[in-house]
Amino acid sequence: MTTLTAATRTKVLQRQGAAVALVLMVAVSWLVFPRFGSLDNVRDLALQGSFLAVIAIGMTFVIITGGIDLSVGSLYALGGVLAAWGSQYGFLVALALPLLVCGVIGLVNGLLIARTNMAPFIVTLASLLFARGLLLAITDEGANTYQIAPDSAFVELGRGTVAGFGYPVFIAAALAVLGGLILNRTTFGQNVFATGGAEQSAVLLGVPVAKTKIAVYTMSGTLAGLAGALTAAYLQSGVTVIGVGTELDAIAVVVIGGTLLTGGMGTVLGTVIGVGLIKVIQNVINQIGTLDSNYQSVVSGVFLLIVVVLQRILRR
Amino acid sequence: MPTDSVIEVAGVTKTFAGVKALDDVDFTLRRGEIHALVGENGAGKSTLIKVLTGIHTPDTGRIARNGRISTIYQEVNLVPLMSVAANLFLGREPRTRLGLIDRARRDAEATELLRGYGITADVSSPLGTLAVGEQQMVALARAVEADADVVIMDEPTSSLEPREVETLLEVVRTLHEQGIAIIYVSHRMDELYRICDTVTVLRDGVSVHSGPLKELPRIELVSLMLGRSVGEIQKHGTTAFGEDHHADAQPVLEALDLTSKPRINGVSVSIRPGEVVGLAGLLGSGRTETAKAIIGALPLDHGTVLVAGKPVPRTVKAATKAGISMLAEDRKTEGIIPNLSVRENIVLAALPRLSRFGITSRSKQDRIVDTFIKRLRIKVSSLEQKVAELSGGNQQKVLLARWLCTEPRILLLDEPTRGIDVGAKAEVQALIDELAREGLAVLLISSELDELLDGADRLIVLRDGEVAGELEGAQLTRDHVLKAIAAEVMDDADNH
Amino acid sequence: MTLTTTRTRWLQDNGVYVAVVALLLFNALFTANFLTVGNFRTQLVQAAPVLIVALGMALVIGTEGVDLSVGAVMALAAAIIPLYLGAGPFMAILMALAVGLLSGAFNGFLVAKVGIQPIVATLALLVGGRGLALVIADGQLVQLHDPAFLALGTDDLLGIPISVLIAGLLALVVAAITNRTTFGRQLVAIGGNRRAATLAGLPVNRVLIGVYTICGVLAAISGVLATSRLAASDPADMGLLMELSAITAVVVGGTPLTGGKVRVLGTVMGVVLMQLVRATLIKHNLPDSIAQMIQAAIIVAAVYVARERR
Repeated sequence: MTTLTAATRTKVLQRQGAAVALVLMVAVSWLVFPRFGSLDNVRDLALQGSFLAVIAIGMTFVIITGGIDLSVGSLYALGGVLAAWGSQYGFLVALALPLLVCGVIGLVNGLLIARTNMAPFIVTLASLLFARGLLLAITDEGANTYQIAPDSAFVELGRGTVAGFGYPVFIAAALAVLGGLILNRTTFGQNVFATGGAEQSAVLLGVPVAKTKIAVYTMSGTLAGLAGALTAAYLQSGVTVIGVGTELDAIAVVVIGGTLLTGGMGTVLGTVIGVGLIKVIQNVINQIGTLDSNYQSVVSGVFLLIVVVLQRILRR
Repeated sequence: MPTDSVIEVAGVTKTFAGVKALDDVDFTLRRGEIHALVGENGAGKSTLIKVLTGIHTPDTGRIARNGRISTIYQEVNLVPLMSVAANLFLGREPRTRLGLIDRARRDAEATELLRGYGITADVSSPLGTLAVGEQQMVALARAVEADADVVIMDEPTSSLEPREVETLLEVVRTLHEQGIAIIYVSHRMDELYRICDTVTVLRDGVSVHSGPLKELPRIELVSLMLGRSVGEIQKHGTTAFGEDHHADAQPVLEALDLTSKPRINGVSVSIRPGEVVGLAGLLGSGRTETAKAIIGALPLDHGTVLVAGKPVPRTVKAATKAGISMLAEDRKTEGIIPNLSVRENIVLAALPRLSRFGITSRSKQDRIVDTFIKRLRIKVSSLEQKVAELSGGNQQKVLLARWLCTEPRILLLDEPTRGIDVGAKAEVQALIDELAREGLAVLLISSELDELLDGADRLIVLRDGEVAGELEGAQLTRDHVLKAIAAEVMDDADNH
Repeated sequence: MTLTTTRTRWLQDNGVYVAVVALLLFNALFTANFLTVGNFRTQLVQAAPVLIVALGMALVIGTEGVDLSVGAVMALAAAIIPLYLGAGPFMAILMALAVGLLSGAFNGFLVAKVGIQPIVATLALLVGGRGLALVIADGQLVQLHDPAFLALGTDDLLGIPISVLIAGLLALVVAAITNRTTFGRQLVAIGGNRRAATLAGLPVNRVLIGVYTICGVLAAISGVLATSRLAASDPADMGLLMELSAITAVVVGGTPLTGGKVRVLGTVMGVVLMQLVRATLIKHNLPDSIAQMIQAAIIVAAVYVARERR
């Protein structure tokens, strides 16, 4: 390995905060809570983190383009319900249906944002509402929770394990690697950075800005649908009430992971570290027992604030 | 099209909203030549460049292009957060066998390539960490590497340090040797005469001169650029300005040693009540920056502003309170509030004075607005008309009224007659005169020499951000000003 | 071209009034028991909290900003009330409003002084605020029994529900602030052209902090009234998605997201319109699911119409 280049140093610096916090958290938790380091707990942590990670990978791309996707929480829930409903028609339908429907909603988000110049937050806020409405419509106003037959192949997708780690962990890991490759080693990835870094310049440099935006929102929607499908497979049912506020968790982990909320800079690895940090904190809060889970969002909010203020100050 | 020309433009006219930005312009770029394109603001340079590159389609005229054109702009159009190498190769990255971007090769090629441009910075660091000059060089490298036959450079040196300018000029020469034709837009006389073969001067959308540069004396070139507006035969004294003003002895405004590198360096201006001081100089010589520095809108390295002998804190609010007002050059982005009415635009800066306990008084507003509309002869259908609906001249008068409402002692006017029709122009000029006679201290910035010569009692000539001369009384002639602007700077030659 | 522009402009300015009248007419003709005092009371009482938040949002949007934290601030206000109700309803309300004031001032500080873009600055409070409210309330829904406090949500004054009266009064106050005060006019100027406003020597930072503070206080007032009507402090659900409802009402009412314009009457009508849409859908037995999807469509349509073409 040659010397660390300046760019790597900058990136490391960006990510360092989250990484150091994660290492510290893990170390302290390990010492204080005997159960924390147990293999069971680690497996559980990884599994819990994998669903959020899948959503947050898509969010990373969206945020790097300078946008935001508030619809992913609803799409996550919708994806789960669609998967559970579709599972009666076999594995393929159960998997393809949520990806397709959520992907199309993401595509519509992207089209509206790229082609009509409407603000991303308002477009995706509307589709948050829309997707929730669609979910209610197909579940008899939320009264109907579709169950997945325990012996179906689809359940295996969520509950199957290798070395005790659930399939979703491997899926999320694979997607993270793939996401990192796409972001850093393809022209599309470069276009994503250019779009968020300086949109006007990107246009002059010949970057297909509109197409890039459409692609990232489609991707974000599809991944949220996939996370929903995996969750449904794991829970063996399409739970209608999940996903409220998940978009905020996803944004929080992306930003905590060092991605600039104003766009143009970010990494998938940082996002994965962000997920790890938030999930470890959640796990610890659960272990303390006397603290309720609400502390988690307070901690997320505080982290988010610190990171955003620091990013702003560092850029001056 | 002759075989030796790469671009040939004939009889091109382009009109925007009734205004001719280009009027029957001919332009020829020969293979391998460095062609200077000069002209003041609004002369039509940008429009011509956009016509050449195909961004604008002309209304009439023919364009023949014989090769690929690359453009680098005054503002670096790259992505600051992406790495130098990523910027250089964006859209045409080298690939590995798997079709992924080969970062190692990209970085190696970028390093190698940029060495030729005198850049030794780490190509994997974000572009934004480079100095502006280096960024400009990366943009240049990118433009050239796109296999261009023609490179258009729009004020490439305007934000560069002297050393960076040298490197850039070196690169330009190298390109020239490779047979690439270059259109070089700049206002810096020294640069133009050092590297350019040919020059085309645009003024008010018309090509007023085209030919070899070396044969054209500097003073002639400046004169061509600043010349009297075509189609508007003006004799000395036909602007609406009156005679000189009687000024008190003590200056009301003293701006000392204003420095904000690299834009302005040690500029001092003092104005007495009732006096109109003109700021002359070419575009980019630091005229606007000087005014902005006085009003506190430009961060300074050092310098002081005194009003009636008392120092003014460096904020716009404090300057306004001390009695300084500035009519900004760019009406759209720094002047009018488009959604608000004429009345509200006029009272904006004086609002606190026209209110009691924060409650605005409509009758007070109407009274003062009415006075100014009559006095400045602003043509409006009603006080509640949206300011965006007014003509440029009337918008300018609205802004003038906004500042007069605050009862200023010092008025900074940056191109007050730009882009307004002839009639309104005369009215604004007469107004400036009137205001000075009433005892206001006025700083007048204008690209029109006649306006300055007629309107100002004293002229400060700026060149490259420094005061190149002060002219008064009998010195207030065209010749003197042109000489001061065009004076040769021998610093560079001395260094060799 | 100009005809389309004029038509779009007209639609931007008056679309909301036309829509309200059309919906009223439709309901008068086709909805049973619509034209009753009782029904109007219900509709207005339901709309009041949204209106109060939307008024603050309209001011923020007028400065070319946005406040995503209003729902979280409502939850915080709700969580504070049971803590101080022992000291009397006045004290409880005062503390709730103080929390709103602090939250708003904090947002304003981030936007004006630190220079963070509004959507990002208010996101932190959106993420953390509700959690904090739940922590304060220990995650519990608390039934409230203080009769004086509950009267706020149930009683009438001059035959009008108190919450509606307060909302109406606040609408008048905000309209007066917008149109008749230096602060209001400076606010609109800053939203219209921030650079020009700065060069004109306006106190940009002070105005921005003031605007976000007002928005926070209004959100807290809304939280207090909603809590009183519910007769319970429910930070988990209080003000959920309120930012969306408020932004929608403001935009539907003709205030552009690009700033420089605040339409208070339009905002009131925007709230009324969205309330009428919901009521119409419910009265015609359309399920909640369809109602949500239609609202989403209305939001997109309204923002599409309102977007400034340049």
